[in-house]
Amino acid sequence: MAALLEVEDVRVRFRVKSGVSALIDRGADPFIEAVAGVSFTVDPGETVGIVGESGSGKTTLARAITGLVPAQEGSVRFQGAELRGLKTADLIPYRKDISMMFQDPIGSLSPRLSVRSIVTEPFRIQGVKDRDLAAECTRLLRMVGLPAHFAGRYPYQLSGGQARRVGVARALALSPKLIVADEPTAGLDVSVQGEVLNLLARLQDELGIAIMIITHNLNVVRHITDRMAIMYLGRFVEAGPTREVFYRPRHPYTLALLAANPEPDPDAQLGRIELSGEVPSLLSRPPGCEFHTRCPFAQGRCSGEAPAQASAGDGHLYTCHFPLVDGQPPERDAA
Amino acid sequence: MADDLLTIRDLSVDYGTKRGVLHALRHVNLSVPRGRIVGLVGESGCGKSTLISAIIRLLAPNADVTSGVIEFDGRDLLGLSEDDMRALRGREVSMVFQDPMNTHNPVLSIGRQMTDIQYRDDIGAGAKRRRAAGMLGEVGIPDPDSRLGAYAHQFSGGMRQRIAIAMALMAEPKLLIADEPTTALDATLEVQIIHRLRELQEQFHCSILFISHHLGVIAELCEYVVVMYAGEVVEQGTVRDIFHNAAHPYTRKLLECDPGRIREETRNLPTIPGEIPDLVDVPEGCIFRERCPDAFARCASDRPDWREVAAGHHSLCHLTGEGA
Repeated sequence: MAALLEVEDVRVRFRVKSGVSALIDRGADPFIEAVAGVSFTVDPGETVGIVGESGSGKTTLARAITGLVPAQEGSVRFQGAELRGLKTADLIPYRKDISMMFQDPIGSLSPRLSVRSIVTEPFRIQGVKDRDLAAECTRLLRMVGLPAHFAGRYPYQLSGGQARRVGVARALALSPKLIVADEPTAGLDVSVQGEVLNLLARLQDELGIAIMIITHNLNVVRHITDRMAIMYLGRFVEAGPTREVFYRPRHPYTLALLAANPEPDPDAQLGRIELSGEVPSLLSRPPGCEFHTRCPFAQGRCSGEAPAQASAGDGHLYTCHFPLVDGQPPERDAA
Repeated sequence: MADDLLTIRDLSVDYGTKRGVLHALRHVNLSVPRGRIVGLVGESGCGKSTLISAIIRLLAPNADVTSGVIEFDGRDLLGLSEDDMRALRGREVSMVFQDPMNTHNPVLSIGRQMTDIQYRDDIGAGAKRRRAAGMLGEVGIPDPDSRLGAYAHQFSGGMRQRIAIAMALMAEPKLLIADEPTTALDATLEVQIIHRLRELQEQFHCSILFISHHLGVIAELCEYVVVMYAGEVVEQGTVRDIFHNAAHPYTRKLLECDPGRIREETRNLPTIPGEIPDLVDVPEGCIFRERCPDAFARCASDRPDWREVAAGHHSLCHLTGEGA
C-alpha cells in the first residue's frame, strides 16, 4: 500500500538573531533548528503518535506538514504530491484532505463565529456550493455527538469537551483523508478525554481516516496508536510499532519517559530512571549524541560521536550507540 | 482530627452571573492535617479554583460566601481583617500556580523578584540575596549565585516552576497550595518536581494542598486525597482509601476512566456518560445521581450526608455504610 503521507528529512529553522547581531557575535548561528531532519510515513487509515517533551518540536513538525510554517529542507509528500514550498493558495486544494485539530480547544475557535459558521466554514473556503449548509452542520454535529441546537452557540458557551467536539466536526467537514491532531486531549478531564479518543477511533473505523496525533500523554499513545515516534531536540530518537517501542524500548530516553509515567496506584513499585540535568537549549546542541548530557548510561564515545540511525527490524528505528536490551543497558565497552 | 492545620466546614460560595446565581461550592468539608500532603482531584469546573481562592480570600468580586468556616491554625480566615489576611498571605499560606511561563515578572531578574518578596523581613539586602540564592540551591538550580541575575526567559519550564516553588517556600509557610504545578510540564520533569516537593515538604514540615487532575501524580505524591465533583466534596480519605477502596461512585468512575489503569490495550476507553449539571439550576438530591450507575429513588429527593466509611474516610453518598 502506498503511504498517504511521506515526510523525508524535514528541517524547520527559526531565526533567533538578526543578521547584525549574528555578525557581532562572530560565528554565532542566527538560526535554531526546531525540526532537525525528521522522516516518517503515515499509511491510509493508520494512527501514528508523536511523543516528546514541550519544546521538542512536535507542534512545529505538525505545522510544517500542514504548511502553516515553512520547512526549509526536505520533502512532505501527500499521495505522492510534494507540498513543501507551495504557496498558500496552492495548498488550499490539499487542505480538503488534510485537516488539523489545534491544541487549545476553545482558543482555536473564532470567538465571534457561531458553531454553525465554524463547522461550515471549510465548505465556503473550498468553494463547495452544492451542499445544504444547515443540513451539513446538523450531520457533522450529530457525528460528533452534539445536539443540532448547538449550531447557534458561540465558543464561550461551550465546555472544553464540547469545544473539542466542534473542532473535530470542523476537521471532518470535508471528509479528509488525514487528520493532524495536536494534543487533542490536553486540558481535558479523563472522562472527556476518553470520549474524544473514542470518537476519533470510531470515526477512523467508519471513515478510514489516518490520524497523526501529537501528545505527551503516553497512556493515550499506548491505547490508540499503531506506530509511534519519540522526539528529542527536533529529531526522532526512536520510532516503530507502538507495542515494540513500549515493551522493548532501545533508546534510554524512551525508557526514562516510560518509567516517568506516574502510576495511578499508591503502592505501585516504580523502576524510575532519573534523568539528570536540563533539556539542552537548541541554541547550543550538545556534541555527539544529543542526549548524552542527561543519559544515565552515557559512555565516553557518546559525547564525541553522533550515533547513526539503526534498525531493530520491523520498522523499529533508534539512534543510540549502546541500545538497551530488554530494558537494560548493555555491558560497558571494555574501551 | 485534632491536628489539622486547615479545616473547612460547610463552605458555600455563590457567583452572581447574568444567568442567575451560580452555586459554585456547596457545603464543602475538607481538612488538611499538619505536615501532610493532601491531593485535591476533580474535573475542570468542579470548583477547585474557587475553593483555593476562598482559602486565600482572593475570590472574584461577584463571589459571595454564603455559609461556612475556614479555620486555619486556630483562626477563622473568613473573619480576619484585610490587613491581617494580607499579612498571612505569602507568609503563612503561599501558592504555586499552574503556568510556570507566566508566573514570573519578565522584566525583573529572578534575584530581584526573590528579594522583593522578602520585604517584610528586617534583614539587609545582602542577607536577602544570600537567602534567595540558598533557596534556589534547595530546589536544585545549579550555580544559584550567578543565576540570581538571570531573567525568567533564560530558564526552562521545569526550572521556572522550581523557582516558583522556591519563592513560595521562602517565607517557610505553614501551608503551600500548589495549583496543578506540573500540568504544563512533561513526564520526566513532572517526576522531578513531585520528588522535589516531597523532599521540601519533609525539610520544611509544611502542609501541601496539591491540586491536580492527574491521578498518577496524586497517587505518587499525596498521603490524603479529596475528590470534588460539581462544587461538592464527594469523598475524602487516605490515598489508599481512595485508590483501593473508593466509597463514592464518582470516585470509582473517575478511577476507571484513567487510561493509565487500563492494562489491556483498547480503542474503546471508558467514560462517564452524561454532562456535569448546571450549577445555576442545581438539581435536587445527590449531585451525581444523573450519571451514577447505582442511583435509586432516594438519590433524587434527599441530599446525602457526609458519612464516615472508616476513621478519616468520608463519602457523600446514600449507599455509604449500607453494605453496598
